[in-house]
Amino acid sequence: MALYSEKVMDHFRNPRNVGSIEDADGIGEVGNPVCGDIMKIYLKINKEQVIDDVKFETFGCGSAIASSSMATELIKGQPVSEALKLTNKAVTEALDGLPAHKLHCSVLAEEAIKTAVKDYYDKNSIPYDPADFPAGEDCEHCAMH
Amino acid sequence: MFIYADNAATTSVSKTALDAMLPCFTENYGNPSSLYEVGQNAKSALEGARNDIAAVLNASPRDIYFTSGGSEADNQAIVSAARIGEKKGKKHIISSKFEHHAVLHTLKKLEKEGFEITLLDVHSNGIVDPKEVADAIKEDTCLVTIMYANNEIGTIQPVKEIGAICREKGVLFHTDAVQAAGHLHIDVEDQNIDMLSISGHKFHGPKGTGVLYARCGILLTNIIEGGAQERGKRGGTENVPAIVGMAAALKEENANIDENAGKLIKVRDRIIAGLAKIPYSELNGDKEKRLPGNINFCFEGIEGESLLLLLDDKGICASSGSACTSGSLDPSHVLLAIGRPHEVAHGSLRLSLGNDITEEAADYIIRSVDEVVTYLRNMSPFWKDLVSGKRPHVFKEFMEV
Repeated sequence: MALYSEKVMDHFRNPRNVGSIEDADGIGEVGNPVCGDIMKIYLKINKEQVIDDVKFETFGCGSAIASSSMATELIKGQPVSEALKLTNKAVTEALDGLPAHKLHCSVLAEEAIKTAVKDYYDKNSIPYDPADFPAGEDCEHCAMH
Repeated sequence: MFIYADNAATTSVSKTALDAMLPCFTENYGNPSSLYEVGQNAKSALEGARNDIAAVLNASPRDIYFTSGGSEADNQAIVSAARIGEKKGKKHIISSKFEHHAVLHTLKKLEKEGFEITLLDVHSNGIVDPKEVADAIKEDTCLVTIMYANNEIGTIQPVKEIGAICREKGVLFHTDAVQAAGHLHIDVEDQNIDMLSISGHKFHGPKGTGVLYARCGILLTNIIEGGAQERGKRGGTENVPAIVGMAAALKEENANIDENAGKLIKVRDRIIAGLAKIPYSELNGDKEKRLPGNINFCFEGIEGESLLLLLDDKGICASSGSACTSGSLDPSHVLLAIGRPHEVAHGSLRLSLGNDITEEAADYIIRSVDEVVTYLRNMSPFWKDLVSGKRPHVFKEFMEV
């Protein structure tokens, strides 16, 4: 019995959408080096508010890289409104599950996307309810250090 | 290529050990406590193993107690010393910050009981300073427990000097020699060791076996109550096949100890020199005073678990002190103890070589680690921040070799 599902290993070994977007419309970064994981999501959003392109950069473990890869796959080509509905549960399910102590990685993926969308809204003065977005860059674990 | 470079985690059972074990399953299967022949044959095998292990340690066979492993031996040694101490009103124990958890967690338990625990610094080179041991000893110190060699960074501690200090001050000295046995010479007389723990599966013996050496006159406290086995100090029918295998493995490793060390050190230093060429990386622990087969590096900008998974894809088995591999939120307490900040401790790699390592395999390891680190850095936003200067580097571009 391997630590990770085949799906996780596939997305870890062959991550989709790795890289950055120079003229991104929204960028979201969550996590920090002390905790051992950082995810950064770049979004290219068109006039119809559809995500034309998405890239990610991740510092972290196998499940962090796989979660970022899967999350970008799930929102690519989707309207921004749909991307905002992406939950960590959906990312985990799409990966055929994650070990319990790695669920935090899928949470980071969800938060990175939301943070990138928030950045896009801010840049384009689009109103939103701040309660729908993660509070800041601090992850829950870091309070413990 | 398949390279097993995690021998500090466990080792394969040697042919010598296996051959010694097999008859104990099917021929000498008796209970050593039984008086008929198959029982007494098992007893002979058991006592033969005790003699062999005693000879390697330069100890008396009657001071050798078989346990289920290093952890049990550590537990029993520390608890025994604590019980001896508390009878005399001595409730202070000295250890170091980077001991194995079998030691640290036992100390934590005693602390809750009211013992005072001093954990000495291990400095940036990962070595306890004997002078600091001497300074820490108080009137009520009942035990000093310092490991012989660290399990993660392989640094070798000055056990003989520490033992001499303890003897002079009349304090018991225990050393967790789990990583040392079979790789470094052990002489409990010359090195002033009162108690010592070893584990069979770290030197090509089977898992589930260990030894507690306790000098004659040290009253042991049972961890496992039961029959009269092990002079009444460790209940339970002895695991004769495993004990015999452990003894055979230790005897063999010890017979070849200098030859193996010479070969390993050469390959180890070749790998260290190769990995040192990866920018912003550094060796953990003293370069000279380390186990012959231990290499431990930190690489900036990457995380250890993803490094291990990709090395596994290349056929290399290794380990890391990252939080993700330990299942806890914090990275290795050993790396933190030598002063590595969290962010680089997450990016650590331990290679512990086996005697069969070749220079060709060493070069393959260097190439593979270089490739994987470069690949992971290229997708790491943390690395990008380091390169752009947005976050400060911890290491210099190149370590001094």
